[in-house]
Amino acid sequence: MDDVEDVFHAEYGRAVSVLIRFLGDIDAAEEAVQDAFTAAVQRWPTTGLPASPAGWIVTTARNRAVDRYRRESTRAQRQAEAALLHAWSQSVELTEAVEECAVHDERLRLVFTCCHPALAAPAQVALTLRLLGGLSTPQIARAFLVPEATMAQRLVRAKKKIRDAGIPYRVPHEADLPARLRGVLAVLYLIYTEGHSASSGEELVRADLCAEAVRLTRSLAELMPDEPEVLGLLGLLLLSESRRPARTSVEGALVPLSEQDRSLWDRPLIEQGQEVVRSCLRRGRPGPYQLQAAIAAVHADARTAQETDWRQVLALYDHLLSLAPSPVVALNRAVALAEVQGPAAALAVIEALELPGYPPRHAVRADLLRRLGRWEQARLAYDQAITTAGNEAQRAFLTRRRDELEA
Amino acid sequence: MTQYLLSVIQPVGERPAPEAMARIGADVAALHEELRAAGAWVFAGGLHGPESATVVRVGGDGGQEVLLTDGPWIEAKEHLGGVCIVEAADLDAALEWGRKAARATTLPIEVRPFLG
Repeated sequence: MDDVEDVFHAEYGRAVSVLIRFLGDIDAAEEAVQDAFTAAVQRWPTTGLPASPAGWIVTTARNRAVDRYRRESTRAQRQAEAALLHAWSQSVELTEAVEECAVHDERLRLVFTCCHPALAAPAQVALTLRLLGGLSTPQIARAFLVPEATMAQRLVRAKKKIRDAGIPYRVPHEADLPARLRGVLAVLYLIYTEGHSASSGEELVRADLCAEAVRLTRSLAELMPDEPEVLGLLGLLLLSESRRPARTSVEGALVPLSEQDRSLWDRPLIEQGQEVVRSCLRRGRPGPYQLQAAIAAVHADARTAQETDWRQVLALYDHLLSLAPSPVVALNRAVALAEVQGPAAALAVIEALELPGYPPRHAVRADLLRRLGRWEQARLAYDQAITTAGNEAQRAFLTRRRDELEA
Repeated sequence: MTQYLLSVIQPVGERPAPEAMARIGADVAALHEELRAAGAWVFAGGLHGPESATVVRVGGDGGQEVLLTDGPWIEAKEHLGGVCIVEAADLDAALEWGRKAARATTLPIEVRPFLG
């Protein structure tokens, strides 16, 4: 039944976070929420959707958890727990959480738990997708191309560390918030980029991961509407997502921005993205995600590649480089520089960059050499780029470019 | 409340200059005072070097004989320089003590919860 599926996607994270708050245990909360959705699959087709599906799920999950505790506890434990459960089910907070669900949104606490810096980055990503996105362990394993057992173990370990080490369910204090929020945004960005440009394998775009990253970022933007960098990330993801239909050819090869059929770009997403970018930049607290989003917005404004306002793009990259200097940003800035000052100026910048083992550097260098007519060096650079490319789609594109040099 | 072990990870051999050591000693003493004032204090102490260690093992003969070996249980580039046990509400609070300890000792600190 599609309704249950929709409610699952929309409400799983919310329900799990509410149940974790009141059960104090992730596994018990997941189990209870899954029980509730199983009940929904059986019941909703005949009864129809309840007035508040989210409230129904949370209430049912709570009741299932109570039943389970009763069933699994011994008589001795039962009396002590009965008192506890009674107090718990009568608690004002829980009643509010069940009835209004959205008022006390527990998801925000859970986001910061999942993305706690005491957990390794892969564990943060997996937990976020699992607990907030409701993705199953096999789904996450497939998305990150690791064996299911590996992913299961990663999740078990992460949950155990949360429990044993006492990682709190809490939105960090103001002093810690900027750094902790950067960690959360990095996880969401990582989920998107993994979906957008698979680091290995044949499929360039794993759309489900992209969609999940956008969904999670939208939720975070609703939960933290006053954080411009959250909006910045949302704008960046929406604008990147708008180009997805044009990003691969029918044969599955990568199509670079300059050659994309812009009529395939998703206009409603562009409008949403640009609106988000405008609203965050208005606050006058620019950050790395807002600037990258602004760059994407400039590209989205150009109806053809030739109409791109490269001066604007270059100015934004200059700003970005001053805020968040990195060789990767410098490389992207060089691409804009090539359009404003010509390929020779850009090549000089790139040759000075220390980026060993970063495949895009070879590709950019190859392109600049090609444009300068230095065929032999261009061919060598393409060979390097092809050898180091992360996926088939990129390899196909680079091979085509190299072969065009022959002609 | 949970108890957490803060282990000072010290490189073997290197020791700071005397005046730096004096500053570290003062900073660590100040941290101990702060722990006591906050009610987080359980225990803290520095250790002699790994060369002062002796490992005790029960032998394979049903525990009749005890084997002693001179030196630490593992030779490594780093060793346990000292420990501090704190009482903290959660990992964030324990990590905050860890940060202070890392600043005071100028060394990395491992933060780890006790069982139960």
